[in-house]
Amino acid sequence: MAVDRDTLFDWLLRLGDNTLVLSHRVSEWCGHAPVLEEDIALANTALDLIGQTQMWLNLAGEVEGKGRDADALAYLRDAWDFRNLLLVERPNGDFGHTMMRQFLFDAWQNVLLARLKESTDQRVADIAEKALKEAAYHLERSRGTVIALGDGTGESHARMQSALDALWDYVGEMFLDDDVDRAIADAGVGPLPSTLRGEWDGIVNAALNEATLARPDSDFAQTGGKTGRHTEDLGYILAEMQFLQRAYPGATW
Amino acid sequence: MYAQMVKTARSGVKPRDEMTEQERAFQDRVDANEKIEPKDWMPDDYRRTLIRQIGQHAHSEVVGQLPEGNWITRAPTLERKAILLAKVQDEAGHGLYLYSAAETLGVSRDELIELLHQGKMKYSSIFNYPTLTWADVGAIGWLVDGAAIMNQVHLQRTSYGPYARAMVRICKEESFHQRQGYDIMMKMAFGTPEQKAMAQDALNRFWYPSLMMFGPPDQDSVHTAQSMAWKIKVATNDELRQKFVDQTVPQIEYLGLTCPDPDIRLNEETGHFDFTPPDWSEFFAVLKGNGPCNKDRMKARITAWEDGAWVREGMLAHARKKAAATAAAE
Repeated sequence: MAVDRDTLFDWLLRLGDNTLVLSHRVSEWCGHAPVLEEDIALANTALDLIGQTQMWLNLAGEVEGKGRDADALAYLRDAWDFRNLLLVERPNGDFGHTMMRQFLFDAWQNVLLARLKESTDQRVADIAEKALKEAAYHLERSRGTVIALGDGTGESHARMQSALDALWDYVGEMFLDDDVDRAIADAGVGPLPSTLRGEWDGIVNAALNEATLARPDSDFAQTGGKTGRHTEDLGYILAEMQFLQRAYPGATW
Repeated sequence: MYAQMVKTARSGVKPRDEMTEQERAFQDRVDANEKIEPKDWMPDDYRRTLIRQIGQHAHSEVVGQLPEGNWITRAPTLERKAILLAKVQDEAGHGLYLYSAAETLGVSRDELIELLHQGKMKYSSIFNYPTLTWADVGAIGWLVDGAAIMNQVHLQRTSYGPYARAMVRICKEESFHQRQGYDIMMKMAFGTPEQKAMAQDALNRFWYPSLMMFGPPDQDSVHTAQSMAWKIKVATNDELRQKFVDQTVPQIEYLGLTCPDPDIRLNEETGHFDFTPPDWSEFFAVLKGNGPCNKDRMKARITAWEDGAWVREGMLAHARKKAAATAAAE
């Protein structure tokens, strides 16, 4: 069964907006990391995510067929048209918070991209194959950091536990199925999000165990990002990110 | 030039007949363009001067992340954002090579950072100026990296091996950055009237601070002679400044912008551009800590370091536990 254009466009925005908004958050660290090596690694992650954004959003624009490219989609939509998970727009907090958010996302993205490699849409499969190489490295690094800081000192342990507790409300949305997801799954373009949970749990539980962190005992989930209902934070991200394009319409940079 | 006003650890060149045999042998090696390596004997003053110079250079790379980093989240396109991020990432990488080069002289990265935070070591004065518009990102790449390359190209031949080798790699990346900066300036100068105005404003604000990057005039630069004898410094401040002006004025003309120095003109006799020197009282004020951003820059660095202490300690504690567990298992 083929998927209609609007649905595919919407679904591609979800992929591209996740990496766009997360890359923005990660790039906020530039020059402020705990050690020089982390400055370099965070910039690297943000760079990979920008590259993935360009691939997903250019494909979205192509599918939409209205002449919008990745930049038009990134810089000229308002918050309600963004389809990213709430998790990725959450503020950076301390370094532990940033790395915990990264880990929860990386684990999910790895499981997702591995499934997207089998997509019936070759364009999606090609992007997934490329992005998975980067995502695997991101996961290796964020997992290692979560384990090291969870296990490290009393203070680092407490900070990582509090990051995990604070972000846990934003985990459930990653595995939520809606009509867009069902149409995409029926067409074989992508997996149903709920089917990613088992593998994600495996990765996360093993890492939390090694990190001596306690998995929160709650399945409450904040939702809305996938349909354009965001937290207050996204508006500020866009105000900053889109400033030049909005203040000087039509200029080329 | 990311190291300016580096105090040579002695004033004046030590005359040959006052040198010990070891010092003479050392100077002969330098004169023969041999590279000095970490385990070789070297005069204490040579070592101290190099630590100051390389340390200052490393600090400049690290503090230099801040003014440009200021625009990463506001970069106007995804491609510009990626280019800028990669550039700032390169600067952090340069900081790493340079701290490593300094470590070969017997000083740790943490010690150098501590000295920076205590205000006992400097970084280039240029990074105490703010980046107010997107054009400033272009101007920094074009003028600031351009000025840095002027100096660093010579330093590839500096006498201390690890420093010279770090410079080879850094120069390659810096010239790439300079081209990217000029590319931004071209887009702005040939863009809308507002963009051109932004480009002109950036040039107006960065012109004199860029000239200051080469350090005070040779007549006031008391430390140059010994550093040149040791080939830690390979060209004088004024020579480099003139070269920079000669290179940059035609580039300004190409962009259709106006040099903020009304008296700049080609001197037919010398073949060089005559120009108005920067306001040196401003330069010394900025070095003393009274530039527009000195306090903000240091606050940002100190905050990053202090806020990151628990991370560094946590990582270290985990590594120790793992090492202990491995040892116990053996």
